[in-house]
Amino acid sequence: MIRFEHVFKRYPGSHEALSDLSLHIEAGEMSFLTGHSGAGKSTMLKLIALIERPTRGQVIVNGQNTARVSRRRIPAYRRRIGMVFQDHKLLHDRTVFDNVALPLMVAGIGHREAGRRVRAALDQVGLLGKEKQPPVQLSTGEQQRVGIARAVVSKPDILIADEPTGNLDPDLSLEIMQLFERFNEVGVTIVIASHDHRLVERLGARRLNLDHGRLDDTAGSAAAR
Amino acid sequence: MARRRKKPERNRRPAEIRRSKSPGEKRRNPVSAYLLRHLQNFLGTLGRLCRHPVSSFLTISVIGIALALPAALHVIVENGRAVVGGWESVADLSVYLDKKATADQADEVAGDLAARDDVLSVEVIYADEALAQFRELSGFGDAIEGLSDNPLPHLVIVRPPPDLAPERIEALGTEIGARPDVDVVQMDTEWVSRFQGLLDIVRRGVTLAALVLAIGVIIIVGNTIRLDIENRRDEIEVSKLIGASDVFIRRPFLYSGFWYGLGGGAIALVLVFGGLWLLAGPVQRVAALYGSEFRLSGLDSRAVVVVLGGGAALGWLGSWFASTRHLRQIEPGHDL
Repeated sequence: MIRFEHVFKRYPGSHEALSDLSLHIEAGEMSFLTGHSGAGKSTMLKLIALIERPTRGQVIVNGQNTARVSRRRIPAYRRRIGMVFQDHKLLHDRTVFDNVALPLMVAGIGHREAGRRVRAALDQVGLLGKEKQPPVQLSTGEQQRVGIARAVVSKPDILIADEPTGNLDPDLSLEIMQLFERFNEVGVTIVIASHDHRLVERLGARRLNLDHGRLDDTAGSAAAR
Repeated sequence: MARRRKKPERNRRPAEIRRSKSPGEKRRNPVSAYLLRHLQNFLGTLGRLCRHPVSSFLTISVIGIALALPAALHVIVENGRAVVGGWESVADLSVYLDKKATADQADEVAGDLAARDDVLSVEVIYADEALAQFRELSGFGDAIEGLSDNPLPHLVIVRPPPDLAPERIEALGTEIGARPDVDVVQMDTEWVSRFQGLLDIVRRGVTLAALVLAIGVIIIVGNTIRLDIENRRDEIEVSKLIGASDVFIRRPFLYSGFWYGLGGGAIALVLVFGGLWLLAGPVQRVAALYGSEFRLSGLDSRAVVVVLGGGAALGWLGSWFASTRHLRQIEPGHDL
């Protein structure tokens, strides 16, 4: 589903964020990216979402070589990937419902169908009763769940999350991670970047530990295959 | 362990939802969905402008003033034309027939001239009429009574088409003057040249002003949209992240530009008609002093459509320039 082949990424005037990274994440797999800050976790996710492009090497997502996705095709490409962010990136001038509906509006899905799907997604994250509220009236954990509902509402094949529990306390973090597990159980490929080693270990999913832009096999992770 | 217990029950829903993805996925008819999206933007952007009434009104007023200037110039030129009594009379040729010519001959000359391509219309003023009019207007009635016969010749007034070049008017005059039954042709081609030159300057001036102010409107709208884009940077970034195309993101800004332009056009009309309303009374009084029936004319329906449509088109254009340029520069991910 996601394949990195000898990927290098160097930001202009900066260090090498990824250095000869090769790995393969299978379809339907749930994996965690761990490592210190600056190890290249976010860069990896950005390459998957085509927010950045590799300096060298190839990133193949869903059988598609990202190098061949032109700028104009990026929106269509991104619609097949759900993204969850540490700071949720919700729009505060709209209701929870409208936030979650945004990917469906973008994809041109009709109102009735969109309404049905939004309510289903909100139901999945347990926020069905709060669809008319603006996000600011929700707790941080709830806001993150809105973010997750928005990421899954268009039923993407891949869900990527960058430190989704970065701002949450341990209990809420576990709750959020369990939410991801449930989506994984229905076949969504999930990649989560997290620096919370203890939480990741507790969940027992595959762990990809990055160290200075390389895959660290010694960290006891079930690393590159 | 609580987690495991809950699982089967919660699990059902995602499976159900994912199933609906496959064959029977319901989508609205693409054309009506497309129109619906446009309608949503059409009304949505209007609603957004109404939620910020003060700033929207300021922007629209500036556009309105810019559009009102060429519209007002147009009104001034049109009314000036009416005051002068039409540009056409300026180029008229006065053809004085030979003293010996009869009224029938005058009709014949007029008929010949009216048939020409370079003559728009002719009017015959018979000698008797002319004398009667002169007697009435000049105040020399008694002196004229003393005349044994009419000293005035028959007169044919020849009006060439308004766009006829001064050289051709001159040629026309020379040709008419060569006729045996014509005594003198009076024309003022120099004045015609000057007048047409002046008219040309005024017309070009109006066009130039309209052009400059149109560019001004594009810049005003463009700048407003640029600020709007800056203010909604987060929203644009998020939209790009979830796969919104440039066209999708640009659409509401284009409609905002449209509303700004249309609103500006409406303000321009209010300004012009308001100005006309204020001036109508005094103008009529002055006209009455000159014994004239003159009334200020406003913008006709065609001009109203041009002001509104032109404003909307310029707003759209300004927004198109700004959004195409600035939306490209917003790329998500620097703070992911």
